[in-house]
Formats: sequence, structure tokens, C-alpha cells
Amino acid sequence: MAEAIATREAYGKALAEFGAKYDKLVVLDADLANATKTEVFKKAFPDRHFDCGIAEANMMCVAAGLATAGFIPFASTFAMFAAGRAFEQVRNSIGYPHLNVKIGATHAGITVGEDGATHQCNEDIALMRTIPGMTIINPSDAVEARAAVEAAINHYGPVYLRFGRAAVPVINDAATYKFELGRGILMAPGSDVTIIATGIMVEIALRARELLAGEGISARVINIHTIKPLDEEMVLSAAAETGAIVTAEEATIIGGLGSAVSELLSEKRPTPVVRVGIEDVFGQSGPAKELLTVYGFTPENIAEKAKKAISMKRQ
Amino acid sequence: MEQAKIQELRRIATDIRIGIIEAVYNAGSGHPGGSLSIADVMTYLYFVEMNIDPSNPKKEDRDRFVMSKGHTSPALYSTLAHRGYFPVEYLKTFRKTGSYLQGHPDMKGTPGVDMTTGSLGQGFSVACGMALASKLKGDIFRVYTVIGDGESEEGQIWEAAMFAPHYKLDNLTVVLDYNGLQIDGRTVDVMNPTPHDEKFRAFGWNVINIDAHDFNQIESAFTAARECKGRPTAIIAKSHKGYGVSYMLDQASWHGKAPNKEQYEQALAELKAYRASI
Repeated sequence: MAEAIATREAYGKALAEFGAKYDKLVVLDADLANATKTEVFKKAFPDRHFDCGIAEANMMCVAAGLATAGFIPFASTFAMFAAGRAFEQVRNSIGYPHLNVKIGATHAGITVGEDGATHQCNEDIALMRTIPGMTIINPSDAVEARAAVEAAINHYGPVYLRFGRAAVPVINDAATYKFELGRGILMAPGSDVTIIATGIMVEIALRARELLAGEGISARVINIHTIKPLDEEMVLSAAAETGAIVTAEEATIIGGLGSAVSELLSEKRPTPVVRVGIEDVFGQSGPAKELLTVYGFTPENIAEKAKKAISMKRQ
Repeated sequence: MEQAKIQELRRIATDIRIGIIEAVYNAGSGHPGGSLSIADVMTYLYFVEMNIDPSNPKKEDRDRFVMSKGHTSPALYSTLAHRGYFPVEYLKTFRKTGSYLQGHPDMKGTPGVDMTTGSLGQGFSVACGMALASKLKGDIFRVYTVIGDGESEEGQIWEAAMFAPHYKLDNLTVVLDYNGLQIDGRTVDVMNPTPHDEKFRAFGWNVINIDAHDFNQIESAFTAARECKGRPTAIIAKSHKGYGVSYMLDQASWHGKAPNKEQYEQALAELKAYRASI
């Protein structure tokens, strides 16, 4: 069994690591440093960490102000408050002026677990996708999360980084892993269907691939860590070469990766797409592992959806 | 302040008011009332107070200005034009397709605009971020922002009001344009945000009440703000909406509409007559 680390843990560590290398990096938090893990940075660089209190709207705009003067602020809070509560601040004071603010949103998706529906943000990807010029990164594990933080630092412009609360298996090799912003990663080859996954769904997709292999079905698995801009080339060739697509994201099926893939394919290469995600409902309290099963984030469900996509191929 | 200096500032402020009327009239829409009420403060900021260089609008150590009440962009644009950031004639392109003079300020394309604003409450927080940035760089510039009294009904204003004293941002000065009117009527009737001074004082600010149309009071307030250490300053500037144009004076109805041709000509005639009398 691979080591399990929450991507938020990797985020906090990465901030502290890169704080030494990038002196313009500053971190803002909204009374959640202990949960978002920016406290790791705070310990290393107390003079460059600013708690804004429970005032997310103000925090996003303070970040914008810091960015106008050349700093690279990471503004951190839970995804619900970063993308939800402060949406309009992110849109008007960060997105519209295209300021160099990084939004480190933790506790995204259903794996928030016991806190329940008010804190399970399934809508953040959809919301952030609508902002012109916004880059959206959803890392699959701790290795990718660390690399994503540095890539965000080196990319000029607003970036939304999505991290999870729950510990998830490390699937990438830290020694060889290379992050390219906007480029998908081919995780495993396949010819009958492609599972396009993002975030913690990548690991579950790889397990679905094994189930399908047992039934003689060859499934390709692609990791889309950068949801916007989408790696169109990789999605289009997957559609061309396998003829059926399943998308998997720990978020609502409305407006996120599944929508991005569907929009692209319906305009450039009509292909059956079946989306795995939260199916237009609110979540509930429960352990993350159980909720993943309740809402269909299982290898079995992805495998079933893969077969459905294959059955929809034109004869 | 010497009388000659006051006269000079009054002439500039009147030119800025004429620019406001030109911009809004030519656009056929816009916000003249709150632009006219803040014109004297804008004049003092850009012609006396701020460390700026129109030939180098991105200079790192320049003082920053954020028009948090972004709908009064005509006041900002006319001030910038008269200070030499772009031609005064360009004010006539305000709100027109292809112009950088957007309905609400856009920092990406407009020389001298330090922050994009328009959605109320946000600019004040951005100004806090700028002031914090200056502190991190060794206190190399000051930050000024103008908020509206109607704008102070936004909850985010009070998030920022908490933040600035907490981080001892004594390089930040907020001017509250206290004209007492908002779109739906008198602020005290719509949603009473007063008393502004007591609220800011309770949040830990250095608070100064002034007459927004008196250059002596404006000067002493900004001087006191610069001298105040350890906390930010809020200048509550009691103003008159529509100041300088008789039929717009203290009228909520002139918050967000353009004059017709006859009204435009009357406004210009009044402002030019006043200018000649200074």
C-alpha cells in the first residue's frame, strides 16, 4: 500500500520550502492556518504570513493589493469560502485585473467528510472555470501538489489550487515527476476507452482500469491536473484513439472537468462522454471513505461508466 | 495655505469638474454627483499630496490611489487627465467601445489607474494590501483610497476597517466622501451608516472630520495623517453631492445620470463663470 498524505499537507510544506527560494512569496490565511497547513509556512516565515481573521472577502482583496506591488500572495482558506463566499472578490479584484494571486483552496469536495454539506465545496471548479484567465490546478497526490505550488509561483496570473483534507495514496514518483502547466499526463495506456480523471480520482481511475482489464477491456487513464487551460490535444487524441470517454472528478458533474471535456468534444470531435461526479445533490456528514462510496467515487462505478461509454460508441 | 495657492487649487478643481461634466455628457451616462463631491479632495491628492510622476506611472515607490467607489471614475479620470497622464480630450471617449476609460476604472489599460474597482467595498481592502506591501518593502510609499458613505453599508468595508489598524498601517489614509446621498435617497433613510467617525474610531483609526470643499481643512487632515504613527487615518469628508453645478447640488437623482444638452451647457456655463471669478 502506498503512503497516504493529504494534498493540503503537501501544500503547507511546499509553501515553507519555496518561501526560501522565492522572497516575494507571502501567505494569507483566514483563521484556518492549522487546517489549510499554511501554519508550516508561518513557522518558517512569521513575517510573511498574515492572518486576516474570519474575513475572506477582505483577504482576497488584500492579496490583490499585495500583488499590485510585486508580491506573490497565496491566499488560503477552505474551497467553500475561497471560491464560494469570495467568488465576486476573486472575479473582480483578482481575475479581471489579472493579478498574480494564488488561491490555495483546501478542504475541497466531498472528502471534507464529517463537517457535512455546508463545508463540502463541489462547485469550485465550475465557478473558477467561468473567470477569464484563471488557471485551475487540482493535484492528484502530495508529489503533484508540491510541484503545482512551484508551477503556480512561476506562472504570472491568477491560479486556483485545489487541495483535499483527506490523506490519499501517493501515486507519483517524487524522483522522476515533472509538472507541466496545462499538460495532461498519460498514466496508463489503453485503446477501448479513456478515463480522464483529476485530483484524487486519478488513483481511483487506475484501480478501475485494473477491474476493466480483468474483463478484457483496455482503458487509458489520463491525469488532468490543470483543468484550465485544458490539454485539448491530449483529450482530442484520446477521443480519436479510444472512441469513448469517462470523466472523473470529486466535484459536481455540472461545470467542471466533465463539462470542459464534453464542451470540447461536442465542438471538435463528438464522442460519447459519461461523467462521474456529484450528481447535482448536496453532500452529508460521514467519514471521507464512506462518502466516496456513497457518491460513486469507486473503481466499480468508474468501470461501469466506462462500459456504458463504450456501449454508446457508434457501430 | 496661502490665498494664491488656494485659488490655484480651486481653478484646477473647477477644470476637473468641467472634465467630469464633459465625460458624462459625451458618454450619455455615468455618475456625476459623487464625482463632483470628491473633486476637491482629488485635486489636493494629485496636485499637492501624492508622490507621483505622470511620466512614469508605474514607478515602484509612487504613492498609490484606489478609487474604491469606482463609479465615480469621472473624478479620477478627469484628475489624471489634468495631471498629465493622458490628454484631457480623451475624456470624451469615456464609456465608449474601445476606450480605456471604462465605466469603472480598469488598471490594465489606463495610465495612472493603480487598481481596478467598481464593485463596492473591494477597493478599500485592496488599498490595505498595498499599504501592507509598502510596509514589507520598508515603508516606501503611502496609499490613499476614497470610499463612499453609501459604500460603507457594504460589510467588506468593516472587514478592511478591522484589518488596517490590526497591522498598524499608518501609511494608509481613507477618505470617506460623506455626501449623505445614495441612489435610493438619503443614506440615513436607506440604511443609516452613521456615525462614521465613531465607528472608525472604535475600530482603532485616527479619525479627522473635515469640510470636503475647504482646501485648508483638506491640507491639515492629510498632514495630520502623515504625522500619525502606528494607526491608519480616516478622513470623514463632509461633502455636497453635485458640488459646483447648481441643479445637481445635494440631489440623489444626479447620482447616476447624464445631463441633456441644455443641462450640459448650463453646467459648463456655471463652472466657467465660477472659474473666471476665482
